[in-house]
Amino acid sequence: MSVNPTTTSEAYQAVQASEEFQTLRKKFRSFVFPTTAFFLAWYFLYVLLSIFAPKFMGTKVFGNITIGLIFGLGQFVTTFVITFIYARWANRQFDPLADAIGRRLDGGTEH
Amino acid sequence: MSMINLVTAETAKYGSPTLNIAIFAIFVAVTLGIVIKVAAGKKTAGEYYTAGGAFSGKQNGIAIAGDYLSAASFLGIAGAIALQGYDGFLYSIGFLVAWLVALLLVAELMRNTGRFTMADVLSYRLRQRPVRIAVSCSVLAVSFFYLLAQMAGAGGLVSLLLGVSGEAAQNLVIAVVGVVMVLYVLIGGMKGTTWVQIIKAILLIFAAFIMSVWVLAKYGFNISSLFQGAVDTTAASANAKTAANAEHLLTPGLKYGLNMTTKIDFISLSLALVLGTAGLPHVLQRFYTVPTSKQARKSVEWAIWLIGGFYLLTLTIGFGAGALVGPDKIAAAPGKANAAAPLLAYELGGSVLLGVVAGIAFATILAVVAGLTITSSATFAHDLYKEVFKKGKTTQEAEVRVARIAALAIGAVAIFGGMFAKSQNIAFLVALAFAVAASANLPTILYSLFWKRFNTRGALWSIYGGLLSSIILIFFSPVVSGKPADPKTGLSASMITDPSIDFHWFPLDNPGLISIPLAFFLGWLGSVTSKEFDAGKYAEMEVRSLTGHGVAEALEH
Repeated sequence: MSVNPTTTSEAYQAVQASEEFQTLRKKFRSFVFPTTAFFLAWYFLYVLLSIFAPKFMGTKVFGNITIGLIFGLGQFVTTFVITFIYARWANRQFDPLADAIGRRLDGGTEH
Repeated sequence: MSMINLVTAETAKYGSPTLNIAIFAIFVAVTLGIVIKVAAGKKTAGEYYTAGGAFSGKQNGIAIAGDYLSAASFLGIAGAIALQGYDGFLYSIGFLVAWLVALLLVAELMRNTGRFTMADVLSYRLRQRPVRIAVSCSVLAVSFFYLLAQMAGAGGLVSLLLGVSGEAAQNLVIAVVGVVMVLYVLIGGMKGTTWVQIIKAILLIFAAFIMSVWVLAKYGFNISSLFQGAVDTTAASANAKTAANAEHLLTPGLKYGLNMTTKIDFISLSLALVLGTAGLPHVLQRFYTVPTSKQARKSVEWAIWLIGGFYLLTLTIGFGAGALVGPDKIAAAPGKANAAAPLLAYELGGSVLLGVVAGIAFATILAVVAGLTITSSATFAHDLYKEVFKKGKTTQEAEVRVARIAALAIGAVAIFGGMFAKSQNIAFLVALAFAVAASANLPTILYSLFWKRFNTRGALWSIYGGLLSSIILIFFSPVVSGKPADPKTGLSASMITDPSIDFHWFPLDNPGLISIPLAFFLGWLGSVTSKEFDAGKYAEMEVRSLTGHGVAEALEH
């Protein structure tokens, strides 16, 4: 098989059907889909509580710090944590697999 | 008229217009110098649109922050927090969380499958011409609203920061901003624009950091006392209604809790904010300025740290403005809520800090507008001229020439649009752009990256359906006509200020709650009613999107 950019559509279809690629695809989706569902649910929980339970969100925990503010800062924390975890996962778990499949498409030659 | 004299007198009290203009002029001179040094000269299409994909993830991340932290983010959110407290804070959270959509679902896969524009990805496995035309329409619509918002912001800022309140003087400043922006784009292309955004982001975040620390220092680094300060100042307001609401600064509901309509409106806005970011064409374009998907990932990581950090700073700046400037002074200032952060700067550091913040605010508008112009001109030249009009048969020189002419035309539209829109609310125009992006762009992006069955009909229905429904709903919303008249001025808060003209029937300000699900539904319906499916292209796109295969080669050739 020749080196890119002449990779044929048959070659792509063969890779797509391969077990390695299906594993990669599954790995990716089973990380990003649940994570997306989680942060969207968590975000809308916060929005809905702010809108429909303002008394609860306005409860002061200490000083002038309210539950709503802590929830809001919690959104920042989860965003930062998800970013960190995803980047680490992608760099360590995902990239090596993806790169290996990419290399195989180029006819096994190392870059 | 005495009203105008009053405004001028009020304006003159804050800072020195000469100093403000001088600082802004220095920024323009320095950045133009840098743009000429790093990026002048003839360019290939790739260099013009995406700087040849040669930026690092970190540089691009800073530039994304520079692109995203627009005047609405900085001035608008700080002002909203100063006046509405908690409800202002809600805004910034939507703007931040939205980046996770870009990080997890969009950035890397887009980088792997496109080269220059958003339409590259969306038309990858579909029929080129109709899809490119549809995407171009929505890209131009979103960019136009976003552009208007920035230019309107420039007009509004002028009266406060430069001490000019006349119509002609405001128009002159809008024209100057437009001309400088076109210069950046024509001379520097994406590379020059990116450097302007990087410099601006660093200055903006640095200034916000100084102001936050300064405010916190005044309250013994105790955030609870800062909140108390804002509550106390608000309670002492001469306006009885404002004073009565002081305690509510710390609880939700001051702005959106009035009745069921405002509550549902906020849900609609939240949906548009969280789904809109990953559909903003000028944000997506930035992912092509790095060489690989790994660098695109790194870009978003950096962008999230910087944008999140910045919004945390605006929380202190907003409450600081509420505490140290107070709602009465903010409401009396030209520019109203948008004036909160500049007034706080004046309160803290006098004319010099105000001058610095003013200069940065203008730089912000300049950088964001330049980014929008590059993206729109790329759409004109690459999608419409090259792919649709010339069917791919044209030279690089011709394509870049068209892009430059398009940039000039967009500059003219921005200047005239800005002059027309300068009395409009910035935050509303930006929210509009987000709603259109979330409706017309995001469903198609997600479907084409993740759904095998997706096809041309689905894309067209989703894009046109999302675009038209969001714009039509806005047109018949209270935003355009029919908000109750202000008892003092007798003018409506809608775009059409004459309260006797009222043709609204859609109750919400933001269309997202209807138009986003509708666009997803139409995308599905269109796809399942069409048999079109290209297995080869689908395999190619999916394999490339996940493995990054072919990206490096495409860049080298």
